[in-house]
Amino acid sequence: MSPKHLLSIDDLGRDWIEEILRLTDSFAEVSARPIPKVPALRGKNIAWLFYEDSTRTRLSFETAAKRLSADTMNFSVSSSSVNKGESLRDTCLTISAMGVDAIVVRHKSAGVPWQIAKWIDASIINAGDGWHQHPTQALLDCYTLTQKFGSLDGRHIAIVGDIKHSRVARSDIAAFTALGAEVTIVAPQTLMPPSLEGWNCKVSHDLDAVLPTVDAVYLLRMQLERQQEALVPSLREYTAGYGLTDERLEHLGANTLIMHPGPMNRGVEISQKAADDPRSAVTQQVANGVSVRMAVLFLLLGNNGSDSHPNAPRPNDQGPNEGIL
Amino acid sequence: MSSVSSVSETTLLRGGTVVDASGSRRADVLVGTDGNIEAVGDGLSGDRVIDAGDCIVSPGFVDLHTHLREPGKEEAETIETGSRGGALGGFTALVAMPNTTPPMDSVGVVRDVIELGKTALTDIIPSAAITIGRAGAELAPMAELAELGVRIFTDDGTGVQDDLLMKRALEYSVGLAPFTGGASVALAQHCEVDSLSAGTFMHEGEWSSRLGIPGQPSEAEDLMVMRDIALSRSTGARVHFQHLSTAGAVALVRAAKAEGLPVTAEATTHHFTLTDAACASFDTVFKVHPPLRSDSDVAAVKAGLLDGTIDAIATDHAPHCAHDKEQPFDAAPPGMIGLETALALALTELELPVEKVVGLMSWQPAKIAGIDDIHGGPIEAGRPANITVFDPNEAWTIVGSSFASKSSNCPYEGHEVRGKVRHTIVAGEAVVIDQEAMR
Repeated sequence: MSPKHLLSIDDLGRDWIEEILRLTDSFAEVSARPIPKVPALRGKNIAWLFYEDSTRTRLSFETAAKRLSADTMNFSVSSSSVNKGESLRDTCLTISAMGVDAIVVRHKSAGVPWQIAKWIDASIINAGDGWHQHPTQALLDCYTLTQKFGSLDGRHIAIVGDIKHSRVARSDIAAFTALGAEVTIVAPQTLMPPSLEGWNCKVSHDLDAVLPTVDAVYLLRMQLERQQEALVPSLREYTAGYGLTDERLEHLGANTLIMHPGPMNRGVEISQKAADDPRSAVTQQVANGVSVRMAVLFLLLGNNGSDSHPNAPRPNDQGPNEGIL
Repeated sequence: MSSVSSVSETTLLRGGTVVDASGSRRADVLVGTDGNIEAVGDGLSGDRVIDAGDCIVSPGFVDLHTHLREPGKEEAETIETGSRGGALGGFTALVAMPNTTPPMDSVGVVRDVIELGKTALTDIIPSAAITIGRAGAELAPMAELAELGVRIFTDDGTGVQDDLLMKRALEYSVGLAPFTGGASVALAQHCEVDSLSAGTFMHEGEWSSRLGIPGQPSEAEDLMVMRDIALSRSTGARVHFQHLSTAGAVALVRAAKAEGLPVTAEATTHHFTLTDAACASFDTVFKVHPPLRSDSDVAAVKAGLLDGTIDAIATDHAPHCAHDKEQPFDAAPPGMIGLETALALALTELELPVEKVVGLMSWQPAKIAGIDDIHGGPIEAGRPANITVFDPNEAWTIVGSSFASKSSNCPYEGHEVRGKVRHTIVAGEAVVIDQEAMR
């Protein structure tokens, strides 16, 4: 059985992550066609439930759904009954009553996708919950890394910056290590989670010592308000210690991938030059986001359970132009 | 404030084991028509006979920490419904917390609560706020409130943050004897330092880190316990520590008691039975203040109950409507109900003889609340008949929706426990017989 929901990377394990990456290859081919559209999810209804601002994730999901011929329902918090005080549960029950196959949810509060999954029958896809999880970001990051390196086994990836408040970091660590990579998180202690018990990664406060050893450096967005919270003395000091500056860029290996989930704070966690460097995969990550989300939607909604085991025939076994594709 | 109602016939509790502060013995207990115990002994007879076989007959339980939600939030609980749950849980007195709307910070509101309590199934013992509006800025009229019968002052739901104001409140409390007929009062503190706890929704540690939920560090509690111990030392005033949840706080209170300071402490059932790991379900029933903490904190709270550092088991019964709890974890209100599960959890989860459990639930909290003349007293002729009869071995499964509380935010759904209240006598009236509330 394919998973019903995508809530957390931990729910997938290596087999399902690899299956999604294989599916992504097929859908990347679809995306490259002159008319990048297949009928795979025709008749399926997907609702977007974005309680928190999003540009790339939402557009990426919408594009993915359209390329799969799914119907979509847009939900905008600012112009909806949420403004009239409707509760999260009632909003979900309302959407569910209209007949929906999946809800893609982003919320500022950790755990909301889990709560919704208990309230209604549809598949729930977590598009980011608070500081907790952002599984499709991690999957597109894995895809971007495998495009460059093939297997992630034995690769070393540094995730740098505000780990404490980052759903991207929590999902990426789980996904990268599930695929066999070694992860080192690098941040001032104030931006580390209070406890790292059970975290499958190494910890460092010395970016310059870590950088020469990595195959990829993943920079997290440094939010401006962290300075007001006294988590760092100043953004300038943060950049000096933990930013991918022009100086650090010069010492970066020729094959080291530069990654960032966006939106970037140029000049803070990443210099202008580093962001636009040929080693930067930032726009590739965005492009891969559409294909990965097509794969996720297809995995959850397109298969009918029994034939969707990781070892079952894959959609592209028939050639991408045949069958459902 | 005693809910004395006229009882026309005597009631005999037959065949039970009497347990009170002086020990345990087999005896029948005859409850007279005047609200007092008429006789204790073998082979007694009475107008109505209630079976107490296989049961413990003990002084009624006293909850130092009940949120009855009236006035202001009657859709979640009322004094009547809360007292019914209390009686079913074996409590004969509930100390009502003052975080109502309006808060219990004035004679008017406290008098209303006393009035409403007169028809309740248990005694309703009002506490009152330390500061006006529980806002931590100006002292409430403590002498007036003490004159009305208040013996516990607390801003529960929040701690008094300002060090000087807390020192003044403690100093002032020492001189209230003229208004209480000589009795002392206690200032009960909800120990959370706001600057460390603001914007947090669970315990800070392994689980908050994993779940990405902002966590409250243990120091938020430890620092206020530390401060109030220092203030008790300098003022000589009584401080009662509410719902201890951290290993650090338990150690501090243990040391303060060893020093001879007039401090007491309570622990809730949930802080010795549940940990922060429960929050991984994102079920808001597990959101509470102070938060559920780690395994080692739970072990420390249990140790504190075992060695006497902690004087009382309290419920912090905090009913919330289902629609209020059905929110994202960070937005949901904190609190869980507990009146009808406290005894069973204490008997099931604590490795304590039943006599110790009863002490933690009856005479020890009664003394802290200043009601030990009426509640928690020995089971002997002439004493007020506030009595709980429970079967310490009855096994049952917890179902939140089965409780008398108007709310069902119970975190123990499906738990298998043992120990069930069979009858409860309040001021001579059998308000619960065979696990059924009589009114």
